[in-house]
Amino acid sequence: MTTVKKLWIGLGVLAIASPIGLYLPDKFKAGAAWGEWGADEMKELVGYVPAGLEKLSSLWNAVMPDYAFKGWEEKGLGHLSLAYVVSALMGIAIITGVMLLLGKLLARKGS
Amino acid sequence: MHIPDGYLGPATCGVFYAGMVPLWARAAQQVKRTLKAKQVPLMAIGAAFSFVIMMFNVPIPGGTTGHAVGAVLVAILLGPWAACIAVSVALVIQALLFGDGGISAIGANCFNMAFVLPFVGYYTYKLISGNSAIASFRRVAAAGIGGYVGLAVAALCAGTEFGLQPLLHHTASGQALYCPYGLKIAVPAMVGGHLLVFGWVELLATALVVKYLQKAEPALLQPETEAAQ
Repeated sequence: MTTVKKLWIGLGVLAIASPIGLYLPDKFKAGAAWGEWGADEMKELVGYVPAGLEKLSSLWNAVMPDYAFKGWEEKGLGHLSLAYVVSALMGIAIITGVMLLLGKLLARKGS
Repeated sequence: MHIPDGYLGPATCGVFYAGMVPLWARAAQQVKRTLKAKQVPLMAIGAAFSFVIMMFNVPIPGGTTGHAVGAVLVAILLGPWAACIAVSVALVIQALLFGDGGISAIGANCFNMAFVLPFVGYYTYKLISGNSAIASFRRVAAAGIGGYVGLAVAALCAGTEFGLQPLLHHTASGQALYCPYGLKIAVPAMVGGHLLVFGWVELLATALVVKYLQKAEPALLQPETEAAQ
């Protein structure tokens, strides 16, 4: 098997193991990343929601916000893990597609 | 380190978008000159690796979370300009599809994680590895330290961007309009977390993959000689 093939398999393993990135913060009672709080958390932290932040924070509606299906926010870690793995696989597929296309446009031919 | 929408004011967002455009153009030009067709799958793997490694949130117990970016590994294998493109694509998909990092902050996030991080990490790696043998331990250590240092400097940039906001934008009564924390809080928080915990994940991930490739495919660790052929 070529090394590149093994690296693809490695990516698949990482995607399936990705819920570790949900479980560990949950287990060690860690919150959001610094500077990535939602409006509610911000209000708790500094006592108010900065006006510009409130306006801009809803600038974009992501298809799968926070790597979860819409409406699944309150479901347990099991459901969220499933959505997380699906997100990882989806992201890998889309990024690979974009990169192969970009590579085709950029790379030197025939070498 | 994914700055969301609303944390940076319009001026900061604009400056970083404007700054990234020539860098992306330069990256495209550079990659066009050096990347071979057969390296394209590796570049795709690099971008996908960066995307998925960023999903591995690591906690500071009772505190915040963070993650590695994998940018230095891509830079070691394909050069820093290719890493710039690969990580930028990962960051744009994260922002558009998953709301991880703001649309208005794509310029700033790409500057921190797709430009500063791979370049600082790559040149740290070059400096430490010198002309040591491809299979040497020094190269593994250099890769790890490159990842660690690169991530810390990227965190310093993000902390500075956050911390400048209360100085740039506030109401007459002194309330912040965007990120409410100044440099004295934002910089130590960002840099501290990455030096203490998250940097070590980047160090381990970068060093382990380089160690694996030393055995499995040492040619991948010599991008320059490859490109010169």
